[in-house]
Amino acid sequence: MRNTHIRRARSVVVFGTALALFATACGSDSKSSSGGELKAIGKGEGALSIVAWAGYAEDGTTDPKVNWVKPFEDQTGCKVSVKIGNTSDEMYQLMSTGAYDGVSASGDSSVRMIDAGLVSPVNTSLVANYADISSFLKDQVYNSSGGKNYGIPHGWGANYLMYNTDVVKPAPDSWSVVFDKNSPYKGKVTAYDAPIYIADAALYLKTAKPELKISDPYSLTQPQFDAAVALLKDQHSIIGEYWANYSTTQQAFEQGSTVLGTTWQIIANLVSGAKKAPVATVLPKEGSTGWSDTWMVSSKAKHPNCMYMWMNYETSPAVQAQVAEWFGEAPANTKACALITDDTTFCDTFKATDSAFASAIKFWATPRKKCLDGSGDNCVPFSDWIKAWTEIKG
Amino acid sequence: MTYTNRATRAGFRVWTLLVLVFLWLPLVIVAVLSFNTSASLAWPPSGFTFHWWGKALHNDGARSALEMSLKTASIATVIALVLGTAASFAVQRFKFFGREPLSLMIVLPIALPGIVTGVALNSAFREVGVSLGLMTLVIAHATFCVVVVYNNVLARLRRLSPNLEEASADLGADTFQTFIHVTLPLLWSALLAGGLLAFGLSFDEIVVTTFTNGAGNDLQTLPQWILSNLSRGDQQPIVNVTATAVMIFSLVPVWAAQRLTGKQGGLAGR
Amino acid sequence: MTAVTNPPAAARAGGFRRRLSRFLDARPRVRLAALLTGPAVWLVVLYVGSLIALFLTSFYQLNEDGTGIIKKLGLTNYHELIDKSVYRTVALRTIKVAVAVTLIDIVLALPIAFFIAKLAKPKARALLITMVLVPLWGSYLVKAFAWRALIGSPGGVIDKTVGASPGYGMPAVVIVLSYLWLPYMIVPIYAGLDRLPDSLLEASNDLGAGFWTTFRSVVVPMLLPAIVAGSVFTFSLSLGDYIAVQLVGGSTQMIGTVVYDNFASNLPFAAAFATVPVLVMVLYLLGIRRTGALENL
Repeated sequence: MRNTHIRRARSVVVFGTALALFATACGSDSKSSSGGELKAIGKGEGALSIVAWAGYAEDGTTDPKVNWVKPFEDQTGCKVSVKIGNTSDEMYQLMSTGAYDGVSASGDSSVRMIDAGLVSPVNTSLVANYADISSFLKDQVYNSSGGKNYGIPHGWGANYLMYNTDVVKPAPDSWSVVFDKNSPYKGKVTAYDAPIYIADAALYLKTAKPELKISDPYSLTQPQFDAAVALLKDQHSIIGEYWANYSTTQQAFEQGSTVLGTTWQIIANLVSGAKKAPVATVLPKEGSTGWSDTWMVSSKAKHPNCMYMWMNYETSPAVQAQVAEWFGEAPANTKACALITDDTTFCDTFKATDSAFASAIKFWATPRKKCLDGSGDNCVPFSDWIKAWTEIKG
Repeated sequence: MTYTNRATRAGFRVWTLLVLVFLWLPLVIVAVLSFNTSASLAWPPSGFTFHWWGKALHNDGARSALEMSLKTASIATVIALVLGTAASFAVQRFKFFGREPLSLMIVLPIALPGIVTGVALNSAFREVGVSLGLMTLVIAHATFCVVVVYNNVLARLRRLSPNLEEASADLGADTFQTFIHVTLPLLWSALLAGGLLAFGLSFDEIVVTTFTNGAGNDLQTLPQWILSNLSRGDQQPIVNVTATAVMIFSLVPVWAAQRLTGKQGGLAGR
Repeated sequence: MTAVTNPPAAARAGGFRRRLSRFLDARPRVRLAALLTGPAVWLVVLYVGSLIALFLTSFYQLNEDGTGIIKKLGLTNYHELIDKSVYRTVALRTIKVAVAVTLIDIVLALPIAFFIAKLAKPKARALLITMVLVPLWGSYLVKAFAWRALIGSPGGVIDKTVGASPGYGMPAVVIVLSYLWLPYMIVPIYAGLDRLPDSLLEASNDLGAGFWTTFRSVVVPMLLPAIVAGSVFTFSLSLGDYIAVQLVGGSTQMIGTVVYDNFASNLPFAAAFATVPVLVMVLYLLGIRRTGALENL
């Protein structure tokens, strides 16, 4: 075997490399189609790709009897592709890829999306059902900016305290049960796996430690923030699992490895439906965080017409009734209440028309340096919340 | 085997049995649950039915995801076979500047955690403006598949005597004829083993896929489909069916590859 | 491959293929370039290039609102990594898990690989190896999720059958990862044992060594490249795992978890933390070069 030192081969390789680099640098242009504000809804593009909270766009795969996506597809010809986002942070990341047409955004991601230009203003006059949306959901800080409207409200609700009625006695009425370092349910408590959960701790401290003078759990000064983080670091020792995927915590409650913690109503509904473990939910006396979700249109949407059709569809009374019942939330369009026939007290339970109750829920919002409640310029920004969350989980 | 006694051999046999049981028990549970009448994961199963197998056959999502995975794995394997073989020939038969670093770089995609490869490629694709889809996915998969082909072919090349190729050339064959009629037949079992392993790696890959595949349910690979359906009530048993089915289908190719490679290993001469 | 310098008369007959073949035969450098350009461009430009780009990103910062990346070079992320003890904790914990998983897999794999390679009937060999390889075709996700149902406490399958179970946490992570990567350890060790001549073992026996002495002082040292090759898989797969960890780890965070969580909200920081497993693996690879393990992967 002859050994040759290959100068020419090296130069060929180098040249080839340079050529390839040049080619990749010029790269392919990612054409962003006009996902901007529509003047009129044109013909459906035949497809729609959305990011949604679990339970907002059911297509029969969770429960074959629960499917309001198929009628939409039949009506409009827009074939729907749903990507479930487990947390607002995940949704923000998904939307930043520019690969989706729209999203059901909560307040802790919507503002970021608006600021980052990921979503376009929405022409609400094109959405017929917008007129029937509860007024206290319109033109809020989480779905509008600079006088422009950025989305169509979908529904709202609170984060509940769920507990296994066989195991957790007496029935709790305070968040203190999940923050008790000496909890008898140690190792079987759960919490939401997202930095925004720090607000839940802050909300609890608002009542438990009034000397901290916490008023808005999303506007925290450094000492208030540190106190909330310290509380959560203590909580870590009793946490069995943090949950982000709603079905893993559903399974945990069903098998009994989790018996107590913050969840959404849909999880309680699914666990009760499976009849494996008896659970109940309660809105503790300290109040609750929650979410008010808005359908927003991506600034890079490739199927804006279908997206507008979707938004109108999701806010129609019939679909709102289905979604609200399935998920367990207050519908944004209260005309749906009359259509929820198998539980006529549904809207009362969720206080769908009670704007005072809605304002008492601390909807997810995006903490900024400039305090959201206007109390000053010294609040802890969300990027610090994200870092603190990793420290809390240890 | 004079160097062992009965007791030792029995001990090894028992250990092997235990390890195989350990490996297969969860899989058997999954397979059994795919016939379970109830959709839950509770054990023991409540009844026997072919219902889920029927549903799986008609499940559009699973079918298109399976197609996507087969497509991706095939293309990635072909690319890996070409690049891996070329690289191994270059490394084994030439000395050149950068030979050692190249060897290291070939191993890197499989030695670095998938999340690093995924995040790196994702940022690179986004920076350059390439939209994520089949192409980016195949590129990502081929990248970590190259090394398994490379190592298999390299090991075989090391054991090949160059005499056969020289003889072929002396007899009048040109480079291509020699390659196709002499070299390739000597290599094919290494290519088969490497190719099969590469295919398997790509087929089941989830992490790099998450970061380099496009959005949209029609682009989902089988692992992505499984991930999004794993805990979704009605879909759970269908997921069990798919996993069981894939394993059953892999039985024959894997076993055949082993039988064939075993034979050739002796031929190539050690 | 020796270059053919005197093609016989018959080969001088025309045809593009023959001309090309003669051209290539006479020019080893062109042959090399033809072989090398593809893999080199792919790996160097695409892969290593993107790693370098990621490394560069680790020096950028997230803006305060969390909406964009400020492309100014700075050491903020690295200061954060060093200042806050949690990152050290997570990194060390992950390395410990990776080491534990690797050791467990080596212990589990050696006897079974030895049995298949040396003690089993030749006809059974293909079948046995197939039984080791086929689990690799059962989806990683399905296996991890099956373990979630198995190991939960209370309420998991093991708990209901045997009465006790580790539950979700670090021990579960070690068990499940050891389970998942075991075939990746068995295969290289089996291949290494396959190459180990029986005569060596017989000779050692003839010289008076008992079986275990032979195993310890002859087999294992000769298997070192294969064992190390297997460890590259188990180590690297454990270092970066976040899916199985999330499913059975309870509240455990590992490197993969932190990188994944931050990818969504703080890419520069995720990139910075990702340099930890890269550094660990690169150092590991450089260290094992001498053992010849890299060829056994």
